[in-house]
Amino acid sequence: MTPMEPTGAVRQSAEAAVQVSTVVPDVALEHRRQSERRVALAPELVTIRDLKMHFPVIEGALFSKEVARVKAVDGINLTIRKGETLGLVGESGCGKTTTGRCILRLEHPTGGEILFDGKNLVDLDQKSMQALRQKIQVIFQDPYSSLNPRMKIGEIISEPMKVHGTEPNKAARDARVAELLRLCGLDPKFADRYPHEMSGGQRQRVGIARALSVRPEFIICDEAISALDVSIQAQIINLLEDLREQFGLTYLFIAHDLSVVRHLCHRVAVMYLGKIVELADCDELYSNPLHPYTQALLAAVPVPDPDLERARAHRIVKGEVPSPMNPPKGCVFHPRCPLAVDCCAKIVPEFRELRPGHWVACSVI
Amino acid sequence: MTVATDLDTRVELTEERKRRSRLAAIGRFARRNPLGAAGAVVIIVMVVVAALADFIAPYNPVANAFDRMHEPPSFENWLGTDQYGRDVFSRIVYGSRTALLVGFASSFVGATFGLVLGVASAYFGGKIDLIFQRILDVFMAFPLIILALAVIAIFGTGAQNVIIAITIPFIPRCARVVRSSALAIRELPYIDAARANGFSHSRIILRHMIPNVMAPFLIMITAFVGQAILLEASLSYLGLGVQEPTPAWGLMLQGGAEEYAESAPWIAIFPGIAISLAVFGFSLFGDALRDEFDPRLRSL
Repeated sequence: MTPMEPTGAVRQSAEAAVQVSTVVPDVALEHRRQSERRVALAPELVTIRDLKMHFPVIEGALFSKEVARVKAVDGINLTIRKGETLGLVGESGCGKTTTGRCILRLEHPTGGEILFDGKNLVDLDQKSMQALRQKIQVIFQDPYSSLNPRMKIGEIISEPMKVHGTEPNKAARDARVAELLRLCGLDPKFADRYPHEMSGGQRQRVGIARALSVRPEFIICDEAISALDVSIQAQIINLLEDLREQFGLTYLFIAHDLSVVRHLCHRVAVMYLGKIVELADCDELYSNPLHPYTQALLAAVPVPDPDLERARAHRIVKGEVPSPMNPPKGCVFHPRCPLAVDCCAKIVPEFRELRPGHWVACSVI
Repeated sequence: MTVATDLDTRVELTEERKRRSRLAAIGRFARRNPLGAAGAVVIIVMVVVAALADFIAPYNPVANAFDRMHEPPSFENWLGTDQYGRDVFSRIVYGSRTALLVGFASSFVGATFGLVLGVASAYFGGKIDLIFQRILDVFMAFPLIILALAVIAIFGTGAQNVIIAITIPFIPRCARVVRSSALAIRELPYIDAARANGFSHSRIILRHMIPNVMAPFLIMITAFVGQAILLEASLSYLGLGVQEPTPAWGLMLQGGAEEYAESAPWIAIFPGIAISLAVFGFSLFGDALRDEFDPRLRSL
């Protein structure tokens, strides 16, 4: 299977998954099951242990004092296996992007460790980090602001190669740019264009080509398809899947669109207010969500049939997301939880493995 | 063969179309912004006069003629002569060179330093930014002319020192404006992408940030040129700028011009008009450029 022409079934299934969120065709399902079995045996690539990212809220300029802390990420544990796509879902402001930024070391975590290939990224010195940056790449949400408007596409894609010295001479870099553009479904002639001359989907392909340019092992897709329209989303999902197969990539797929995550990911972690509340294999999570928050999230996915949609019992979570500056005591979800009992306000729920591979942070279930 | 010819004509056609679209763009600019276009005309005239001063000026601007002092405007001396018998028109024509040299040099150097400092300040942020901005505040607290006078007091007079004296007060003003644009750019994903890739600070500042703050930078340069010309004239008028006998507009207003204001007003009036026109032209053009490129900067 070449990246240019994925099998019809896969392409169709991606489109179907986006449009009809509840139905996943059998071919794709079988395809993923195989890939899941393969991944379950793979070694761990990224291990996150008790990661904390608290942003200080500072008052006063020169003689400043910390008045509060925004607990964007508050003690999460995750492992990502080689070749796996781990979905990280949750509503806005739950800390999923911050988690990605910590792995990229765009933020310096307040606590915990991030092991990549056994090396702790949190306390790595600049020089060793520089070598690792080549292996960890990122694709951003907004295809319009993630490319420098003053640089040509060719320059954008070849710059990481130049800095990391993967292709020392210019001719080799140009050849690689052409190869990458073709790989991402673009005409190599685009190398001489500027980002504003391209459409959103094309720009996102450039973003992917830039991420691939230095042959990374791990790519963080930070809402990589959220800003695209539905038909383009399907194309980009297929591209990401093809690239994963071809180069043995590992993805951390940050998203809020549950149907897309269902199609692409092997396992899914659900985040709420800086904590992971549920982690399970993709099929398990969708067919048997255990945490009340996950249940509410899945119930909120609209059904494309208007009659069914009207007849469906809506279970809307009450209230608003509390401020991460002052999260609720005990279980962070308890003020909004339909199952909450007295002890939820006091005891921080343990992250337990209720079924094999299905982890939940809830003391009631 | 026919294919090649066909291609050639097509290339020519696109060239022609490009030229025409550029002309059309200028036409649109003039229609939308007639004052800006007027400013542009003043600037062009000034540049042409300065470049061709040797051919335009009828007399040597520094040659005294004591038999022809205080002559009113006539066919021989279009704008009259001054207290040393020098031709006022020739001195204004050559004075445009001084004005443009000082204006462009100081605004370009000042704005460039401001650009680098402003972008670096925004990029590094935190304590560095804070301390740097307070230093700029100190400089900004002085009016332009006072700061320029202080610099002259340190370095002494002369064209070169005048340029330095005018450059220094421009740096904090440009740095402030550029910093505000750079702060917005720093948060954009393509800067994150550069940082995530481990690009060096200098690469991010020079290749990713500075090219994206060029709009406010160019606007600042044009706006500064007018101010610099005015400042140079003020310094020369105070006797602290360009020294006699170099033709400079501010200098022409000094000395004799005051003494003979009633008996020979042309000595003062014409250089005064030249200064006003030049400043007016650059200000109008700068405003028009700003409206065209970045309407958000209107409050400056």
